[in-house]
Amino acid sequence: MSVTPIQPPIPKLKREAIVSALKKGARVDGRGFEDFRPITIELNPIPRRSNGSALVKLGNTSILVGVKISVERPFPDRPSEGVLQVHAEFVPLASPSFEPGPPDENAVEVARVIDRCLRESKSIDLGELVIVPGKYSWSIYNDIYLLDHDGNVTDASTLASMAALNVARLPKLVSVENDQVKIDYGTMDKQLPVKLNVVTVTLVKIGGYILLDPNLDEEILAEAKVTVGIDSGGRIVGIQKSGGGLSVSELNYAVDTAIKKSRELLTLLEKALKTV
Amino acid sequence: MSGRPTLIGEDGLRHDNRRPDELRSIKMEVGVLKNADGSALVEFGNTKVIAAVYGPREPPAKYMLSPEKAIVRCRYHMAPFSTAERKSPAPSRREIELSKVIREALESAIFTELFPRSAIDIFIEVLQADGGTRTAGLTAASLALADAGIPMRDLIAAVAVGKIDGVIVLDIDELEDEYGEADMPVGMMPSLNQVVLLQLNGVMTREEFDAAMNLAVKGIFEVYRLQKEALSKKYMLYIEE
Repeated sequence: MSVTPIQPPIPKLKREAIVSALKKGARVDGRGFEDFRPITIELNPIPRRSNGSALVKLGNTSILVGVKISVERPFPDRPSEGVLQVHAEFVPLASPSFEPGPPDENAVEVARVIDRCLRESKSIDLGELVIVPGKYSWSIYNDIYLLDHDGNVTDASTLASMAALNVARLPKLVSVENDQVKIDYGTMDKQLPVKLNVVTVTLVKIGGYILLDPNLDEEILAEAKVTVGIDSGGRIVGIQKSGGGLSVSELNYAVDTAIKKSRELLTLLEKALKTV
Repeated sequence: MSGRPTLIGEDGLRHDNRRPDELRSIKMEVGVLKNADGSALVEFGNTKVIAAVYGPREPPAKYMLSPEKAIVRCRYHMAPFSTAERKSPAPSRREIELSKVIREALESAIFTELFPRSAIDIFIEVLQADGGTRTAGLTAASLALADAGIPMRDLIAAVAVGKIDGVIVLDIDELEDEYGEADMPVGMMPSLNQVVLLQLNGVMTREEFDAAMNLAVKGIFEVYRLQKEALSKKYMLYIEE
């Protein structure tokens, strides 16, 4: 069951500072309405045990993604495809308001939104991940680990997932004989079939203003939030609105801004991937 | 796997003979349960959803209450017999997510500040699923809230639009969802021009998104008209008597 969250209170002074800055066209951290916080992408911070990993910092929000790959039986309704699964854990070390336990609705939502954007865009060609149809295929587990929460977990998580999937390597397939497969899990071999990159861009509405990349204070104050998934071809590959309502024209503005700003994230990602 | 079915025929009609901008046959009934403070049954074609509202009432635990407003608790749940293969009654990740987006949509309509220290509980059960269950559920929940006499800014009317064979269509069913290219559920407070639920599962160009949104708004106003009709069917009788 989904229950109204009791938000950590924001001091009235801080709230007023944020809103009055917006009225002057500014944000308290000095950004414009359409600016991201500083972004860093570190590739393969977990080189020994994960098949691919990435650490993304979006301002003070820090996301670690680890990809694990193994051979499993494909789903019966998709016998000639590999499996991609996206999960998110909001571990208690990331925020004073997190408790240990199974993923809550916020973690489930982030994972499912990113899962849909990757799946629908066909970013990864799952058809190339089958080994023996109906029997063996590669299963890709993309696990999102939130380490430090300062808002806009979704965009940082999508960026980290995309980076980790791009650097991930399949374990070495030693042999396929008589429907038996032999895998050398200790040796990294081919790259994943990543066909195109996907990013998400999140905007919030506060006091009638639409802002890009909300920090945690802005997220708590937000009346509404919308995340738009965009692929490297400029197509819309997913949308998730959460919180309160937005008018159709506000949504159109958000989608246009997301398409425009997605180029920055994609360029940053491509630049980071060139270093490997 | 068997081949992909034809979704749009040469005559431009869909597999169930609907035009791209045509809704399925919609039925709505308000006040269908005795125990609940408000309830509604909504059908979009073969999709059948029932919603009940309890409250405003005391929250089950003290720590949950807010001194400023009512908390809203919402569960979207599918009956085990509602789907092609039996669905485990345990809440799935999908149901967890949908409960959240539906709760947020309803919460933006309810004047929660009128009921501090209380809870408003909304339970949605999908009885038969044939696409568009979250939008039918949201439509039913909004009717159930109205039936419970809970003050709202507006009713919420919802419908899913989609893209199938490159054509933007209204009120997609399960077959169209499964084989189509995109599914976009939209919920609105129509008189206030507020989109309170929006998800896109699939790929669209910017222009297609515009077309889909326009078609959704058109469908939503029709659902809205039917909602008001269903409410007046129950309540206008009292007024006339």
